[in-house]
Amino acid sequence: MTGFAAYLVFFLIVALTYSIVVMGLNIQWGYTGLFNAGVVGFFAIGAYGTAILVGPDRAHLIGGFGLPFPLAVLGGMALCALAALIVGLATLRLREEYLAIATFGIAISIQLVALNFESLTGGAQGLVGLPRPLFGLFDSPAGYNLFYLGVVAVMAGLVYWALETAVRSPWGRLLKAVREDETAARSLGRNPARVRLEVFVLGCVLMGLAGGLYVGFIGYVSPLDFLPILTFQIWAMLIVGGSGNNRGAIVGAVGVWALWAMSGLAISRFLPVAYQSQGGAIQVILIGLLIVLTLIFRPRGLIGEAESVSKHAD
Amino acid sequence: MSESLPPGDSASGLSIRASSAEGARRGRLEAAGVVKTFGANRAVDGVSFAAEAGRITGLIGPNGAGKTTLFNAIAGEYALDGGSVRLDGTEIGSLPPYRVFSNGLARTFQIPRPFAGMTVLENVMFVPERQAGERFWNSWIRPGTVAREERQNRERAREIIEFCGLLPVERQLAGSISGGQQKLVELARALMADPKVLLLDEPGAGVNPALLDTIVDRIVELNKRGLTFLIIEHNMDFIMSLCDHIVVMATGRVIAEGTPKEVIAQPQVIEAYLGGAVA
Repeated sequence: MTGFAAYLVFFLIVALTYSIVVMGLNIQWGYTGLFNAGVVGFFAIGAYGTAILVGPDRAHLIGGFGLPFPLAVLGGMALCALAALIVGLATLRLREEYLAIATFGIAISIQLVALNFESLTGGAQGLVGLPRPLFGLFDSPAGYNLFYLGVVAVMAGLVYWALETAVRSPWGRLLKAVREDETAARSLGRNPARVRLEVFVLGCVLMGLAGGLYVGFIGYVSPLDFLPILTFQIWAMLIVGGSGNNRGAIVGAVGVWALWAMSGLAISRFLPVAYQSQGGAIQVILIGLLIVLTLIFRPRGLIGEAESVSKHAD
Repeated sequence: MSESLPPGDSASGLSIRASSAEGARRGRLEAAGVVKTFGANRAVDGVSFAAEAGRITGLIGPNGAGKTTLFNAIAGEYALDGGSVRLDGTEIGSLPPYRVFSNGLARTFQIPRPFAGMTVLENVMFVPERQAGERFWNSWIRPGTVAREERQNRERAREIIEFCGLLPVERQLAGSISGGQQKLVELARALMADPKVLLLDEPGAGVNPALLDTIVDRIVELNKRGLTFLIIEHNMDFIMSLCDHIVVMATGRVIAEGTPKEVIAQPQVIEAYLGGAVA
């Protein structure tokens, strides 16, 4: 493979992993109107959960169960579900921006736990040298990456199919009704609190799945992979792609990640060496600009939501 | 939505249960000593009345009398601070709104609350409870059941939409139709539940005269089939011509009750409307 093709494979693995996170956020925000600003926290729980379960036993660390990778990912997702259930029960009575502030704070706390609970998470170094699933079967890293791209693509496709099927049905209508008018939904026999909790947990479990896949690919976890900026990147992906639409979520993930990668490349290529360390800030500004410009000029995103929710009402 | 409903009026094709098919009339709503306070303000202060089954009861009174607060208390949106509400003898005063609805009481809002980003058709299809498709896994493991229920659901929703005169806008987003049509969407949603009692909060406010006639006409038609109504309304022609029984509220209390003719002749009613608060 040429350098560009190898990079493209690497790029797509990360972008498709993020697309799963974006789809998780999409059912929370796009369909149900839950302002989860703690996305990265649940991505981190899935990643650390998987890492702790899959990792080899080490004397100075708790955990290291050496489980097979798929089981470890499921474990990470279960951990995410539990965390989301607890967080959800505590915060889902909060509305919009209050929920956003609460979840944002929780994500910061999760990252701080990862940074400081050294005996479990490896602290600032993180957990390194994790086994990558089926890595031994491949001669070259490039071949392995191609295989892993297949794995991630299949998982993203599966998540897309599962969500699209579930959402284009009365379930999607229920979520959207709660988003549109909770009081009306309540007056028509639905318990919005239960719906919100269900969707919050489900979305966070998908973020956890993506975290697990991410760990399987890079082979280590470090708290630096779970900085708050990731939450805003994911939000940018959803808003640019078009919230309330799963295709939009995938398009947004690939598109925004491409912009991020290209802007990073441009900065390292064209910015004088003396300013390189400040260059990263430009990327953050670009993300903010992208969100604002989309909201002003194309509030429905690249692909907006369909008018009918259930395919049976078309 | 698997229950089969007895056929209704064949002219409209609408399957709202007729009272004769049910035997005894159902849908008697009784409030006893209902209190709702906000801080020191007793917005509803010991209200007792009954909306008899199969009747249209009007609830009138000057602005601030506590009518809408009483509605919200009955519908479960506000927790009661005292008293009780019974529907056909079952205590519903302590239930949350979604359980009150399940017990057969539906309501509309003073300012319409359609699901603005959903089509009129889906606003109505949303209503039936216990839809298999509302559990996300059923679309994966029982797609046939979900599709079949949706077909039945859609058919019935369209009958009700037609009954409410909304067929021309059924594909439009509920947020993009007129305020009067939105009131009809709320009526359609409530009917989709086949309730025993229907609470309407100012169904005529801000509605153009032609649409108002449609609304009055639908209420009369539904009432003939045995549906009990409790209606808040300021339009006196509307109330006087439609209601069998009227309850008058002022400053959180019931100040008069009776037939339209009786009520309108009472001095305290005239005073409440024209001469400041009765107190």
